[in-house]
Amino acid sequence: MSDAVAGNNSELEAASRIEVDRSAEWVVTIYWASSIFWLFFATFAGLISSIKLHSPDFLGSYEWLTFGRIRPVHWDTAIYGFGGTAASGTLLWLQARLCQTRIPFPTLLIAGGVIYNLGVLLGAIGILMGQSTGVETLEFPLWSMPLLVIPYVFIVIANFQMYFTRKSTHTYVSQWYLMAVTIWFPILILAAEACTNLGAVDGVAQAVANWWYGHNVVGLFATPTAIAAAYYLIPKVIGKPIHSYHLSLLGFWSNAIFYNWAGTHHLTGGPLPAWTITVGVVGSMMMFIPVITIGINHHMTMVGSFHLLKTSPTLRFAVMGSMIYTLASFQGSIEALRSYQEITHFTHYTIGHVHFGMYGFFAPLMFAMMYYAMPRLTGNEWSSALLIRIHFWCTLVGTLLYTIAMCYAGIRQGLMMNDPTIPFLNIVVFTKPFLMLRTLAGLILLSGTVAFAINFWRIVQPRKLRFITPTLLTTERDYKELLQWEKEIEAND
Amino acid sequence: MTKNLGLALGILLTICASVTGLVIIPNWQFRELQPVKKADGTQYPVRYFGEQLKGRKVYIDQGCIYCHTQQIRMKGYGADIRRNWGTRRSVPRDYIFERPHQLGTQRMGPDLASIGSRQSSAVWHTLHLYNPQITSPESIMPRFKYLFTEMKEGDALPAGTLAADAVKIPPVYQRDRVTQLMPTDRGKALIEYLKGLNKTFPLPEAAQ
Repeated sequence: MSDAVAGNNSELEAASRIEVDRSAEWVVTIYWASSIFWLFFATFAGLISSIKLHSPDFLGSYEWLTFGRIRPVHWDTAIYGFGGTAASGTLLWLQARLCQTRIPFPTLLIAGGVIYNLGVLLGAIGILMGQSTGVETLEFPLWSMPLLVIPYVFIVIANFQMYFTRKSTHTYVSQWYLMAVTIWFPILILAAEACTNLGAVDGVAQAVANWWYGHNVVGLFATPTAIAAAYYLIPKVIGKPIHSYHLSLLGFWSNAIFYNWAGTHHLTGGPLPAWTITVGVVGSMMMFIPVITIGINHHMTMVGSFHLLKTSPTLRFAVMGSMIYTLASFQGSIEALRSYQEITHFTHYTIGHVHFGMYGFFAPLMFAMMYYAMPRLTGNEWSSALLIRIHFWCTLVGTLLYTIAMCYAGIRQGLMMNDPTIPFLNIVVFTKPFLMLRTLAGLILLSGTVAFAINFWRIVQPRKLRFITPTLLTTERDYKELLQWEKEIEAND
Repeated sequence: MTKNLGLALGILLTICASVTGLVIIPNWQFRELQPVKKADGTQYPVRYFGEQLKGRKVYIDQGCIYCHTQQIRMKGYGADIRRNWGTRRSVPRDYIFERPHQLGTQRMGPDLASIGSRQSSAVWHTLHLYNPQITSPESIMPRFKYLFTEMKEGDALPAGTLAADAVKIPPVYQRDRVTQLMPTDRGKALIEYLKGLNKTFPLPEAAQ
């Protein structure tokens, strides 16, 4: 557990940290730079999709931009483009730091990153050209998938090599999650592709495999990486150990056991035997255990250190992510109940929930990771605190607006759909103002992404913009208060 | 080292359990399902072929699934049947020839499991796909203009098409002197597929 305790700064360790970061600089920067590109791309595609839903004639004469094509491009570039590269960069850097080893075969990993990006790009172009496979979340044409899977194999091998040749004597909870991701994801994607696009099964069995995957790609890929990041960053920034080792153990294994089974709630009410859905609902309910455990661990660690949110960009994003993890997971578990699904299934509510999780929990933790690691990797500092502030508030406000608008509209939409006396088109008309609010939320999120991209662009410049002190979100007054506060603490000691 | 292996094996085990439970076992349960014989000697469901198969590919490449489901929930759970989207709940046998499945998860538009039994007219489908506002004012469905050839007064029929397939646009919706529509190959196939979507045949297991 000692890794998480700041203040453990012997010169030797500092030297080894610098060595680790030097080995990681190029690899991790390339993965994260791609992730920001894909975040922009995916958000932009999402914005176009969103506008099309309240103004269906917008860009209406281009077949390749029809809603049914740009919408899957939005989600697939978000999860594989942004999610895949952000998580891979995080995984490599975090594992290297926690194992105190250099990143192995950096050239191969960089080549892998390039191939992976090419795969996402070609897959997206394939969908726009009408070659979607028609299986949700696995829309990329089959021929583009090897370009995504092979680079991931490099990452898996690198991860194993670092883990098994590590210099650190202990393992830290983040490392368990990272190990889990590298074991789960290859199995997940291969089994899912085999059962859907490679045609091992048809019909309803395919739908179950599809949603087993669709839910797990979030739960067994994005979520564990983000939890690993939160476990690392929160104690690191505030300089306290994690609240409870035993809870982290319970949280990890209960998450590993139950999340797997939750996916079939996406088919509630569908043409499946009741047991498949029941399993999904039970799995979702049991998720309360890891979610509460992990929540206690993250939030209790923060207790007494909330004032640092004022100054540290990393901590702001990390705490936003870990708090929304708790909220979004509670929402997700309750949403899985059959009585709740009777209303919200098939509505905008689900879309609201997905964005709450992806943009409220996963993305902020990836941002936090980048805010923390990039100065260490490049030797530059973030050039503008204002841009960080813009990024943070856009992320928070955009996500909340999106989620509240979509979830409220979804509940009303679902209640109206369950009342057969209300004509369907009246429901469509009712939802339109909320669809417009979503476009506004999308614009806000896109602005935040642009602010982040500018700051990121500046930090990867060759060491021209060297800043001596870390970029904190402080005004002069805040800074004076902080000094005053530190003096008081010292006096009390 | 044993500790490391324990971690790795434990992680592996968790996913193997759910692969077995949610991927392999359902497949065993459904692979025995066969079509049933109808009274007239034909069977239900039938494998897609010809125009309908082609149309299904258009349905997939246009991404209809992102707004339309093809599944009817049981009586008393939602209002699918009372909304007249189907006559009975859907069951696994309805889908044995579906590859890829198109069950869908969104109802920004109505369910299409049995759209063929609700709207059997090619004219309706043509107008609806060309400009949804004609048949469904305030709809948020995109226009699929590119699946049709627009014909002005006096234009000759496009090569290889039949006059019977041409559809007249209601005068209020005529723009730029375009008065008639001729579905392209893909448009025609999509309409054939939609007209063929019908899950009303009373399968015995759906009555339970």
